[in-house]
Amino acid sequence: MIFVTVGAQMPFDRLITWVDDWATAQQRDDVTAQTGDSTLTPRSLSVVPFMDPPSFRRHMQEATAVVAHAGMGTILTALELGKPILVVPRLGDRNETRNDHQVATARRFAADGLVLAAYDEAEFAASMAQLEQRPSGSRIGSRASDGLLARLRGFALDEGWPPPLSAGTDS
Amino acid sequence: MRPVSAENSAAAPHKQRKVLAVASGGGHWVQLQRLIPAFEGHRVVYVTINPVYERDVPESKVYIVNDATRWDRVGSLLLALRILWILVRERPQVVVSTGAAPGCFAIILGRLFGARTIWLDSIANIEQMSMSGVMVRRYSQLWLTQWPHLAAPDGPEFAGKVF
Repeated sequence: MIFVTVGAQMPFDRLITWVDDWATAQQRDDVTAQTGDSTLTPRSLSVVPFMDPPSFRRHMQEATAVVAHAGMGTILTALELGKPILVVPRLGDRNETRNDHQVATARRFAADGLVLAAYDEAEFAASMAQLEQRPSGSRIGSRASDGLLARLRGFALDEGWPPPLSAGTDS
Repeated sequence: MRPVSAENSAAAPHKQRKVLAVASGGGHWVQLQRLIPAFEGHRVVYVTINPVYERDVPESKVYIVNDATRWDRVGSLLLALRILWILVRERPQVVVSTGAAPGCFAIILGRLFGARTIWLDSIANIEQMSMSGVMVRRYSQLWLTQWPHLAAPDGPEFAGKVF
């Protein structure tokens, strides 16, 4: 099963249409899509508008590959569960989100080899062909890096109170 | 001035502290979860925006607040009052947030309550710190980015990523 997800905040009909066209052309009937508040009626996708976190995680676990907007929660969950993921960033000037931060995310994570990224429909179809060839297996653990955890723990739980907001007021 | 004794703290027995962990939904919440092992042995109370997330932390107390944008004055006021109420009730020693609006208010008000405050900017903010991150800068005693290229001596600190 291929799991498609666009998050709960806004629909992302451009991506859903691309996936539906691809699934129709490929005669795939094993694509499940979480579409959000969308008005589309896809031909070839099983649609679930919204999912709670356990259901989201279950769909992700059952999937052989994930197609998604470049949302960080989705990317981190797919990498942790070891699912190959193709991301399409939402664009600010199409009002798919408030700015182009997803483009930066897609470029950076693709450059690090953690995700596939596509920016137009032709690239999307080509990436779909690659996606299912990618090896599965966890790319990241389930917690923050040891360095970050140690810094947080040391700072939050250290007995000596950290420096005050402005130095020299500790009288 | 008190001497800084960070090196000894790991060996010293510490009393249990209360950590208020605050995040809105989606990626902010997922990233917050990844920080919680840092506070093992201490009490973590959560604040988030949707009761569906309670299922991710079934053993913990979770407060649900509204989310708000900067342009939503009524929503922002309501959110600030709810955060204030939670701080009065819980009196956390530590406030940690990955964003966005609820964390912003929790850091600012938490600091005024004397809590230690930690802001970890979302890993999605690759090119610059988030707007909420910039807003809480003065109130965050630990102000962290997840990208080394954004770290600066007079700017955010880099100590690692959420993975």
